[in-house]
Amino acid sequence: MTLSRSIIGHTYEPLAPYAVTAGKITEFADAIGEQNPIYREVGAAVAAGHPGQIAPPTFPVILNLRAIEAVVRSPEFGAGSPVLVHVDQSFIHHRPARSGDELVLTTTIDDVTSRAGHDVVTVRGEIATTTGEPVTTCRSRLIVRGGTE
Amino acid sequence: MSAPHEVEIGQQLPPLTVRVNRADLIRYAGASLDFNPVHWNERFATEVGLPGVIAHGMLTMAFASRVVTDWVDDPTALLEHGVRFTKPVVIPDDPDGTEVEFTGTVADKGPDGTVRVKLSATCAGKSVLARAYAVLRLE
Repeated sequence: MTLSRSIIGHTYEPLAPYAVTAGKITEFADAIGEQNPIYREVGAAVAAGHPGQIAPPTFPVILNLRAIEAVVRSPEFGAGSPVLVHVDQSFIHHRPARSGDELVLTTTIDDVTSRAGHDVVTVRGEIATTTGEPVTTCRSRLIVRGGTE
Repeated sequence: MSAPHEVEIGQQLPPLTVRVNRADLIRYAGASLDFNPVHWNERFATEVGLPGVIAHGMLTMAFASRVVTDWVDDPTALLEHGVRFTKPVVIPDDPDGTEVEFTGTVADKGPDGTVRVKLSATCAGKSVLARAYAVLRLE
């Protein structure tokens, strides 16, 4: 069974705000081998002109993945947990995420196509602060296998 | 960091080689909250048709972004970056893991001080990313 093309353009309301913390940023920097003190020390970030410790450029994946997992569990994606295969990913940064941010991500289904019998879904996630300041635009293309039985 | 006028099209950025083992994947899973079992469970990975446990595509993308963030003084110069995941990076069940090599080449310069960098990622001689790029603002 394939996904209905009627979901193209559908927007999903944000999940609960995600609070960016200094500890999580450091943990993420450690995991990707990023040594720059701007991701590790408030002093280094402030010296570079930022109000707080900033997050590495792929940090928004935390919110993006959480939102995508919520979207594919929505009724239009059918029953069960589909297997997702990440085809491509891009980020446009409006400003770096930083410690103290309360972030929300609004998801829109930009496109649904077929490839080798599978649905390929293009998902756009607009990350902003809870006060509406744009932070990052995430675009992901995913093959969605199963879950539509 | 090079000033924009010093950057030339075709210029190579310092390459980056990263060795990744399964412990690194577990660490990244915890940091990114991506607990897809293809990144830690051999049985699940082979059941879904993979050759074995594979690295998170987003971890490979994060390493690729380091080619540009290591090059500039201010990593917030990175305005935009994107990749296509073309081939899984299979991580063997041993302490050595596998090596992935990353390169960056200046592909274009914009009139507004932006620079477009073409990125590449290679594992065991095969490209694992396509259409990998970064756009930077160099002031």
